[in-house]
Amino acid sequence: MRAHLILKDGTIFRGRAPLGFGGGGEAVFTTAMAGYQEILTDPSFAGQMVCMTFPEQGIYGIHADLNEGTRPWATGLLCRRLTFSPDHTRSEGDLAGWLKRHHIPVMTDLDTRALTQHLRDQGSQPSLIWTELDGSLEAGVAKAKALPDMTGQALCAEVSCQERYDLNPGGGFRVAVLDGGIKLSILNQLVAVGLHLEVFPWDAPATELADKRFHGLFLSNGPGDPAALPGMQKEVEACIGKLPIFGICLGHQLLGQAFGGRTFKLKFGHRGANQPVHDLTTGRIEITAQNHGFAVDEASLPREIEVTHKHLSDGTVEGLRHTKLPIFSLQHHPEASPGPHDAHPAFQRFVHLLESNQR
Amino acid sequence: MPKRTDLKSVLVLGSGPIQIGQACEFDYSGTQALKALREEGIRTILLNSNPASIMTDPGRADATYIEPLTLSVLEKVIEAEKPDAILPTVGGQTALNLAMEAFESGLLERTGVMLIGAQPEAINRGEDRQLFKALMDDLGLETCRGGFAHNMAEARDLLKLTGFPAIIRPSFTLGGSGGGIAYNVDEFETIVARGLDLSPTKQVLIEESILGWKEFELEVVRDLDDNVEVICSIENLDPMGVHTGDSITVAPALTLTDPEYQRMRDAALAVIRAVGVETGGSNIQFALDPETSRIIVIEMNPRVSRSSALASKATGFPIAWVATKLALGYRLWELPNAITRMTKAAFEPVLDYVVVKIPRFTFEKFPQAEKVLGTQMKSVGEVMSLGRSFQEALQKAIRSLEEGHKGISGALEGKLDLGRLKEHLLIPGPQRIFWVYHALKAGHSVEELHRLTKITPWFLREIEEIVVLEGRLRSFPVDRLPVELLEKAKRAGFADDQIAVFCSGTEAEVAVRRETLGLRPAYKRVDTCSGEFKAETPYLYGTWEDHSEAEPTDRPKAIVLGSGPNRIGQGVEFDCCCVQAVEAIRASGVEAILVNCNPETVSTDFDTSDRLYFEPLTFEHVKAVVDREAAGGKLLGVFAQFGGQTPLKLASPLDAAGVKLLGTPLDTILDAEDRERFGRALKRLDIPAPAWGMATSFEQAKDIAQRLNYPVMVRPSFVLGGRAMAVVFDDKGLEKYMREAVAVSNDQPVLLDRFLDGAQELDIDVVCDGEDVAIAGLLAHIEEAGIHSGDSYAVIPALGVPEDILETVKGYARKLALDLGVKGLMNLQFAVKDGVAYCLEANPRASRTVPFVSKATGVDWAGVAARIGLGQSLKQQGITDGVPRAVSVKGVVFPFAKFPGVDPVLGPEMKSTGEVMGIGEGFGEAYAKALLAAGIPLPLSGTVFLTVNDRDKARLPELAHKLVALGFGLCATEGTARTLESVGLKVRKIFKVNEGRPNAVDLLKNGEVQWVINTPLGRDAFFDESAIRREALRLKIPCLTNLSAALAACEAVETLRGEMKVRAIQTLA
Repeated sequence: MRAHLILKDGTIFRGRAPLGFGGGGEAVFTTAMAGYQEILTDPSFAGQMVCMTFPEQGIYGIHADLNEGTRPWATGLLCRRLTFSPDHTRSEGDLAGWLKRHHIPVMTDLDTRALTQHLRDQGSQPSLIWTELDGSLEAGVAKAKALPDMTGQALCAEVSCQERYDLNPGGGFRVAVLDGGIKLSILNQLVAVGLHLEVFPWDAPATELADKRFHGLFLSNGPGDPAALPGMQKEVEACIGKLPIFGICLGHQLLGQAFGGRTFKLKFGHRGANQPVHDLTTGRIEITAQNHGFAVDEASLPREIEVTHKHLSDGTVEGLRHTKLPIFSLQHHPEASPGPHDAHPAFQRFVHLLESNQR
Repeated sequence: MPKRTDLKSVLVLGSGPIQIGQACEFDYSGTQALKALREEGIRTILLNSNPASIMTDPGRADATYIEPLTLSVLEKVIEAEKPDAILPTVGGQTALNLAMEAFESGLLERTGVMLIGAQPEAINRGEDRQLFKALMDDLGLETCRGGFAHNMAEARDLLKLTGFPAIIRPSFTLGGSGGGIAYNVDEFETIVARGLDLSPTKQVLIEESILGWKEFELEVVRDLDDNVEVICSIENLDPMGVHTGDSITVAPALTLTDPEYQRMRDAALAVIRAVGVETGGSNIQFALDPETSRIIVIEMNPRVSRSSALASKATGFPIAWVATKLALGYRLWELPNAITRMTKAAFEPVLDYVVVKIPRFTFEKFPQAEKVLGTQMKSVGEVMSLGRSFQEALQKAIRSLEEGHKGISGALEGKLDLGRLKEHLLIPGPQRIFWVYHALKAGHSVEELHRLTKITPWFLREIEEIVVLEGRLRSFPVDRLPVELLEKAKRAGFADDQIAVFCSGTEAEVAVRRETLGLRPAYKRVDTCSGEFKAETPYLYGTWEDHSEAEPTDRPKAIVLGSGPNRIGQGVEFDCCCVQAVEAIRASGVEAILVNCNPETVSTDFDTSDRLYFEPLTFEHVKAVVDREAAGGKLLGVFAQFGGQTPLKLASPLDAAGVKLLGTPLDTILDAEDRERFGRALKRLDIPAPAWGMATSFEQAKDIAQRLNYPVMVRPSFVLGGRAMAVVFDDKGLEKYMREAVAVSNDQPVLLDRFLDGAQELDIDVVCDGEDVAIAGLLAHIEEAGIHSGDSYAVIPALGVPEDILETVKGYARKLALDLGVKGLMNLQFAVKDGVAYCLEANPRASRTVPFVSKATGVDWAGVAARIGLGQSLKQQGITDGVPRAVSVKGVVFPFAKFPGVDPVLGPEMKSTGEVMGIGEGFGEAYAKALLAAGIPLPLSGTVFLTVNDRDKARLPELAHKLVALGFGLCATEGTARTLESVGLKVRKIFKVNEGRPNAVDLLKNGEVQWVINTPLGRDAFFDESAIRREALRLKIPCLTNLSAALAACEAVETLRGEMKVRAIQTLA
């Protein structure tokens, strides 16, 4: 079925909607060449339609062990080509069929490169997949204009767990995990380094998170605007100084705010599996997986907060550490999935932090 | 950490002549390395024997030694230049081996020269199979199970490790012959026994079979801070079993999940760290079992490789340039990303297109060779294409091959015997992809094809979709083609002329229909980052999308058409000409735009031209680029004279479409290329030519041949590299030829020329501006007529040819160039017999010899020609006849060792893959160096085995006397011995192979012969002779098949006994 992608700024790209229905969300692009399933199920993509810049998608199908969330959280897939008969010994189905079951719209035959360049120059923005059945293009443009921006959107409630639960109870250190929409691989990595996790919903109060039984606190990734989560921010702030903390992505941004810093929306964000991060403490480069549209403003941070990592391309903050307290955070994703494993040692670093805090 | 400051001068080792497995990708990497060094103010010294390369152009290094890549030469260069360091990692295996030799011989230690890029220990760990395997075991990475056996007991032990099927490879046999796959104990013992017998070291390698596994390569770079990044992943469409150089490959890897890919990436990082490649690029190969996802490390190259060149072009990341900077101590994050110019080189490139590489084979040159692909590389070149889908890239790549296919669909239609389908799918050959297509078209299932070929089903399904599209296209006439179908077809890579065949129309009609429907190609940039950052560099490819990124500039501009894939007859020389032309155009203030599809070349480097279009060199693609560029600024026109025959073939259609040709006009091209028209010109100008005729049937040919008097030279019209050219001596030979030639020439007429037996051939390159003519160079062949000029050794100045003849030939050349109206380069060939110079042919374009002549005379002749095309006369340029600055001999190398079973004999059909240059004060020195550079170290003493044909017997005594005077012993077969004895020479008589023992081959094997001089008896070579030549080839005993060359070699031996000097070409006066 013919369809158009209509951006909030009125720009229109033609393409097809092979599933026969449209949808909407913030159009963002990722340059990761593989890993569509991990990306689409990543809760951080909630509310976003993902444009995959690599033109061939769906080649190896859908796999049981590649989910990062309980379902696809992205609200749409924007791509050039889609393989309908996947090819992999362990594939359990095709990408289109899987999206259809979850009623996630797909757009194919898009000039994804032109779209990417537009988003790069004009910024990520709300958009609609508008099919032939949805009415006139004018109606679509009008509807797109009225879409709300991502700035100011609090989305954690949608993607977080509803009830507290335990993971790896036989593990060593006991760590509270604040779930703002945590990726399964982060949980897996925390378990892999031997931690006993208690995962709390996004709105858990500091009193529970910083309970005496915990050796540390982990703040997860998650979707939306960190500035729209004053409640979470307040609870995080209340935990500072009580126990060691490690935050990733949204968790990193919440920490930045809790320290008194400010976050801001990047024009088109960092999304991909090839992002170079300069570790200022070692001078070395890590190639990392990233997925964020907001960043912590370095200038707004107080003196006791040290910037440990910076993005090599635009110099934005990629890692923080408290000079006095056992707290650190990373904007990029050490668990990768999809992406390179260069930053994997961050989980071990958390364990070391917990260990040294015991002494 | 900025770059190290202790390096003031660096010696770069080149890769020598183009060979199978080591082609012009190392011209590209060496050129980038020199650029990277000079940017740092480092004095650059280059050692490379290949004159056809760009890197040996005098402006590329401060001191360029075009000398043999041997230890003694290296020592002399080090003595003369005293470099601080040697960069051995950008010149292929040749450079790496020479550097290791220098290390092991103590030369490096003695002279205090260090290696940068990779240290000897690391090179050893990467290259030594056993060390590497042990290292992988330590890392916990799997390698292929197996090992070396020296007897049956050891072999049986290894079998326990490998299981069945087991792969058995005898060590050091020619082309890996004598190996096999064993599926049971009987087979195993038979093959092992045979292998042990055949191997000169009595050693066989026994390994588990991983045939049919998926094959991948990762290109990795590392800096001194141990930052490692993967530049590109490459997936082979042809599974394990076919050499990666002979495989169709795609980039990036397409069929892996992220965890699978990351496991491979983790392994690659571990390997480069453990091997200890300090800085620069490495290539690591993996096999993956699709059933179990088990990953095996196959091997690593601790240097820039062919795949690095491909990866550089595929991603836009200049690996060799970066590797060189890293060797100087820069860190990845300190280097700019040369394409975006705003980000850094520390990142991993991402693609938003699919890249397909297809190798180009030349089996037609070696009809005796088996058309089977295996672990020994056989391709001579490659093409790359970019598309927004695998289908599009695949079809574009197939077109780029210039083998007459318009795409995968329709290729070889009706020409394949589908009865032999199974065999051709099972046993990989150069045309397997077409068999796959036709099998799918015939209704065979993807599953069945996967079973037979082991090609990953996704690729097969994509090809199946092309089959379906072909079927849909066939149901419409051109003027009724629906827009959606046509767009889908274009996006699947169908060309206009391909669609025209299916829809019973012409290419022009399809183009009109397409334009009417608003379908035009868009150009997208290769930017390393999938559009995440703005790219400053216009490196473009065409596809079918709505938005184009090729905004033409408002400058005056000229388009240069490249030479496409390397093949025998058209190789790096033409790329060198294109690059010289591009640089001249840029220096003239005109924007230079280049179109080419060969990923190995300097021309396709994104900063060689102002704008690079990586596109197939076909009319549709070139015309689209012309249209796009004509939309802004002032397009002066298109140069078709630098890329060999490839662009010349496009001259006609482009001219007809109203495109202006720069330089020589179409009429002149046709005057020179059309035999009738050229014959008339020669007659008009009173230039002698061998009598000739043209025939379309054997009867007609026979009449002409008898009129001309045998021997005659026969060939199809319009050929390059002497394709299907032969000398025939009688009616029988002619009949046999006609049967074979008509098949290759599509019923085009056959040309017959009187063959000037024993004539001296001359090659002359001229440049003409319409008013004046400059003789660039005049070369004398060392072998007499009958051997293709591309296979001949040749000398400049034309020593041994009387001065008056040379003047006559120059006069003819001037007259012809002016009369035909040449504007730019022209190459002419003459044969001199009995004091008369006959004009054999004219090529109104840059020739194979132009780069060689450029180096010999110190003038960039292709640049001169480009400036003429832009309107600058020779007078304005201050250019007169070229003056040879020393004696230079062009030598050649042949790929016979890669084609077991092929008789290594020369003739009018070109067979060489590359050339070398020897420079000396006199002929002997230059010739000796050329032979040495070509890998033929002449013996200084010992025994020469002589066997010559009757025609050569008259000149035999002269040669034999010289050899004896040099102190060589002689041995010969019966007939030759009798001739020698008749002039009073002492000679040991030995048996022919079929006469008794010990025979000639026994002597070779026993090391009793150091030099073979064997002139063959004609096309029906005796089994005897070919057995001798093959054995000589295997044992690396020099074997000359030509008496003139042998006489010249005697002079060379004298030189070799003395002191050989080396000199930088910049110092030649």
